[in-house]
Amino acid sequence: MSALPPYASPLQRTWFYTFRIICGLIFFFLIFPILVILPLSFNAQDFFTFTKEMLSFSPEGYSFKHYNDFFTNPDWQQALTNSFLIAPIATILATAFGTLAAIGLSQSHVPYKSAIMAVLISPMIVPLIISAAGMYFFYSRIGLQGTYFGVVLAHAALGTPFVIITVTATLVGFDRSLVRASASLGADPVTTFFKVQMPLIIPGVVSGALFAFITSFDEVVVVLFLGSAGQKTLPWQMFTGLREQISPTILAVASLMVAISIALLTVLELLRRRSERLRGLTPG
Amino acid sequence: MSDTTQDGQVLTTQDGKPLKAALAKALRREKLRALMLIAPLLIFVLITFVAPIVDMLFRSVENGIVSETLPETVVALREWDPASGEAPDEAVFVALYNDMVIAVAEKTHTRLGSRLNYEQSGISSLFRKTGRRIKRMDEGGPFKDQFLSADKKWGDVATWQVLQQFSPSYTDGYFLNAFDAKRGAEGIELKPADERIYMFLFGRTLFLSIVITVSCLLLGYPIAFLLAALPLRTSNLLMILVLLPFWTSLLVRTSAWKVLLQQQGVINDFLVWANIISDSGRLVMINNQTGTIIAMTHILLPFMILPLYSVMKTISPTYVRAAKSLGANDWTAFWRVYFPQSVPGIGAGAVLVFILSIGYYITPELVGGTSGIFISNRIAYHISSSLNWGLAASLGTLLLVAVLVLFVVYDKIVGIDNVKLG
Repeated sequence: MSALPPYASPLQRTWFYTFRIICGLIFFFLIFPILVILPLSFNAQDFFTFTKEMLSFSPEGYSFKHYNDFFTNPDWQQALTNSFLIAPIATILATAFGTLAAIGLSQSHVPYKSAIMAVLISPMIVPLIISAAGMYFFYSRIGLQGTYFGVVLAHAALGTPFVIITVTATLVGFDRSLVRASASLGADPVTTFFKVQMPLIIPGVVSGALFAFITSFDEVVVVLFLGSAGQKTLPWQMFTGLREQISPTILAVASLMVAISIALLTVLELLRRRSERLRGLTPG
Repeated sequence: MSDTTQDGQVLTTQDGKPLKAALAKALRREKLRALMLIAPLLIFVLITFVAPIVDMLFRSVENGIVSETLPETVVALREWDPASGEAPDEAVFVALYNDMVIAVAEKTHTRLGSRLNYEQSGISSLFRKTGRRIKRMDEGGPFKDQFLSADKKWGDVATWQVLQQFSPSYTDGYFLNAFDAKRGAEGIELKPADERIYMFLFGRTLFLSIVITVSCLLLGYPIAFLLAALPLRTSNLLMILVLLPFWTSLLVRTSAWKVLLQQQGVINDFLVWANIISDSGRLVMINNQTGTIIAMTHILLPFMILPLYSVMKTISPTYVRAAKSLGANDWTAFWRVYFPQSVPGIGAGAVLVFILSIGYYITPELVGGTSGIFISNRIAYHISSSLNWGLAASLGTLLLVAVLVLFVVYDKIVGIDNVKLG
């Protein structure tokens, strides 16, 4: 399918191009909604559609006023601060616990491995609304509902499966004789971990951490139930904004978040290429 | 393997311990070390995540409130038989009076009233009304008449039947409610047709999830096929178009669809401009099922493409070439040779998308209106608005069971260890 052979019949030729057009349309469906909000976020009017001025590319049609609003409005600023207070701590917790556990799980003799794995992966499988409901009931029993600490713990728990999966995947390619070699040369386990194992699995740890970060940074269901007004995060503010008083500032926020996703995607892609190169596979 | 040498001596390590014991000890130590590494996370997840889920399961059957608020009444009511067709006798009313005096002093009677109101409407106001009257009642009795004059409902068999039914500390009432059933005079029966909402909602959640899964499959299959067939350099480039939506915040994508699908939004404006529809005939594509289906298909599409792609990548092109050289036309070669090999990918992608979609909350809430909402929206409503936590917990338990069953299927198809990201 990658190239049309010279002997292709007219029917094959037609189908070849039709198929490409269909795929093009699906790609358009995937990417268009994300791209369309970028120009709309510079709308000088409070509309959610292209104005005449915008379509004729006249400068009056465009402005930074929605971005201005985002950076000056105390509600949005509070939400931004909260997001950056919660996500990094949750990421650190998830990455530290998750990396240790992934190393433990990759040992050759782990009793009850599949049962443990099932428990550790469960936060990823259980629908968020159920996690949110359970956490809301339980955390209000123990007085963590509506606290910063409670939200951080919940987000850390939701992020750990991603760390486990990515780090376990990197450990598959890890040569365990390196650990023995290091031990035979007199290094204690801690030194071995930081000097030998860590540098080799760091791409997996970093991508796991990025997954955990984005999980917390994007998460809205759990924080909606578990948090109080003081823990309002960026997605929460967007959610209430979309539901109640829909303001175009959301588009400015969304555009900034698309920029963050592109940055994260680039970092991940670079990491993937690095680890493939290290394993001797050719990067794409 | 034998642990004795030919002359019958036990093999030992250098310091004289039996080899078998030394190996077993080393193995034990290794196991212990692995468990020590896993333990912090395991404990963390058990406390922060598993305990809340167990708590929710518990809440879906827990019902201590009646026996805690009205302890004497519950005991006195055991003797009463609802089949007699009459309200209980004076003894029960004496117990009720004693309980109510305490409950009113502690202000717990209104909570009990609103709890029982989920089972039969009107009980909440009955308890509130009686609570106001209780201080003026004559302590000498007779209590039955005084309660009846406070509210005639105390003479109804139905009121007492509810009280008796919910006396035990555990109840299946929430689950019956979740199945649109109730306990009537002749055992469990379905509620009147106009009150059956949960089975309908579960049905709609299933239906919409199937529609979303099928549309994801229809859109995802060609893309995965193309990506697997193209040279790596090109397909990696096109993969960005799949991964960018995957990495973009859910709320960003939902707001984008809100912007696009509105009646004054981009798509309608374009269609009007292109003279496909008239200005008055703008399409209603949001706040209904269409909105939910379009937005969720877009959001979940990468979850279909990625597993499909990873399976198709492993299908060798030589099979299709062999089929064609043996005289198959393009369609036969695809349908008889390529497609069966891609079925595991379809299974993995479809189950994943389906699992994700039946538990979705945010997108249906924002673009679904009233006709496009899922069971999860109802759970959220019972937690934050109606405060019927028991019902929320039992609906959640049902949803959880459905997801876990599906997950076992997913585990059989793909294996829990083979979950890949991005």
